[in-house]
Amino acid sequence: MGMTVVEKILARASGRPGVRAGDVVEPAVDLAMSHENGALVINQFFEIYGGTGLDPMVWDPSRVAIIFDHRVPAESAKTASNQKKVREFVAKYAISKFHDIRGDTGGICHQVLPESGYVRPGAVVVGTDSHTTSHGALGAFAFGIGATEMASVWALGTVLNVEVPGTIRVDVTGEFPPFVGPKDLILHLIGRISAQGANFKVIEFHGKTIASMSTSGRLVLCNMAVEAGATSGIVPADGETARYLREEAGVEGPQQATAADPDATYEQFISIDVSSLVPQVACPHTVDNVKPVSEVAGTKVDQVVIGSCTNGRLDDLEVAAGILRGKKVARGTRMLVFPASGRIYAQALRKGLIADFMAAGAVVMNPGCGPCLGVHEGALGDNETALSTTNRNFKGRMGNPSAAVYLCSPAVAAASALEGVITDPRKGRN
Amino acid sequence: MGRVVLKLADDISTDVIYPGRYMATVLPSETPQFAFADMTDFNGALKAGRVPAGSVIVAGKNFGCGSSREQAVSALKGHELTIVAHSFARIFLQNAINLGLDLVTAPGVEAAAGDEILFRGDTVVNETSGNSFPLVKLPQARQAIIDAGGLIPYTRERLLHAKSGDSHN
Repeated sequence: MGMTVVEKILARASGRPGVRAGDVVEPAVDLAMSHENGALVINQFFEIYGGTGLDPMVWDPSRVAIIFDHRVPAESAKTASNQKKVREFVAKYAISKFHDIRGDTGGICHQVLPESGYVRPGAVVVGTDSHTTSHGALGAFAFGIGATEMASVWALGTVLNVEVPGTIRVDVTGEFPPFVGPKDLILHLIGRISAQGANFKVIEFHGKTIASMSTSGRLVLCNMAVEAGATSGIVPADGETARYLREEAGVEGPQQATAADPDATYEQFISIDVSSLVPQVACPHTVDNVKPVSEVAGTKVDQVVIGSCTNGRLDDLEVAAGILRGKKVARGTRMLVFPASGRIYAQALRKGLIADFMAAGAVVMNPGCGPCLGVHEGALGDNETALSTTNRNFKGRMGNPSAAVYLCSPAVAAASALEGVITDPRKGRN
Repeated sequence: MGRVVLKLADDISTDVIYPGRYMATVLPSETPQFAFADMTDFNGALKAGRVPAGSVIVAGKNFGCGSSREQAVSALKGHELTIVAHSFARIFLQNAINLGLDLVTAPGVEAAAGDEILFRGDTVVNETSGNSFPLVKLPQARQAIIDAGGLIPYTRERLLHAKSGDSHN
């Protein structure tokens, strides 16, 4: 009986010849990522050791990654003190993959991990962040866990009692029309299967469209798989993965690629042809409230946000800058741009994109999660509306429960910023 | 038995349960004050101690979707609430098991605020309406963590077991 990609990864990581959906395994962890919430993981880690008479020991400090991104630079004394506590722990326990608040190596965890070459095909990656699903873009099995579960991983090096998830196979064909891309594809899929449609399951992406998609685009798909409830998204590693690792992540040597068996068992099959896809918008207040842009065009927008672990990469910034270049953000609309990492910021600078944004009237912020989760930078006023390339639009998400958040691609965001209302980027550009 | 103090719809996210702007607060002793912070009436009732331990929140599908923030669980546990939902999002469910928040999956449960709810074997009984609803038991692997008193004691046991294994070698 054949196995899916994730079944194969979990079999390898738990030292078994084979596993099936529903089996309970204890996989060894290849990479364990946290951000500021490492402060809570540390508390729980010491709590585990309390009363055991054992010296607290991180199972493998070289496999632990901590990246500050949620509140950078700190917005409060409390956050700054949490970050300080994490730094002290990192030094004491020799955590090697630590990315502090820096302009060169800092950024959002879900960009820093891949671009630093930490994520490898076939790996088991856990992170105390729900968007850890992103790293399935490199053929890893990557999923979000809570802080206490991470403390357990730090102590044991395995995840306890993992139920092998069933898999939904999504086959994507066709060529994207102009100004339509991976964000529109994943929003369309979430709208189609709902916010719970993949709960406790993995979404495995296949097809010609995926084969010709960059790792950057695959990261968008896997990032938002969690918004359909998925445990993870995964794109089986291929030539593009090898290229990305070699050229963009500095990883030398051949990579072990895990492919699905032809007779693998899937719980559901979904086919999507993107050649007739139109720009999609997720409307307030759920990510599965997805509509074609035409249905919400004309909606007044107070703030446009481009960035986040979903759409803050170089290709996203290129698309947006291309639309904004030589034009001005509408009066009455604020536009904020957050490159996903210091490296991307520097690349965007060299390409002149940052100058394009600034000349258009956008404010370019430092890399980080920014306003996505409503903690600091770019909060919304009462009853205001934001249009954002981020991944969640839940009530209160951007810091104000009376505000509304619409989600879209960088193309829709940029075109809308120029008009001050939600706008189809294809209008007048095809 | 517990009284339903809050009836919620489908897809209640962790941003509603515990807004992101309070995420710098991590201690389970401090998070309960921010439970449902943007639902000011309910949050006020919680903080004023007007919601007795064992009170029930009834929700639809996918309760706890979104962020992996554990504060969403520790905040509810601090008030000793029981959550009955048609279904739970994966990370929230696992966090609840790990921290020992009382939750019950009952796919068809119907209840209104003020109803009295009873858990009897494999059913949820709405004493007010007189209707019973089947509940879904947790898989054994998850129940084992609850039976150990949560993931911290469960992991601690594993560590000590490994240690005693070492000394025999």
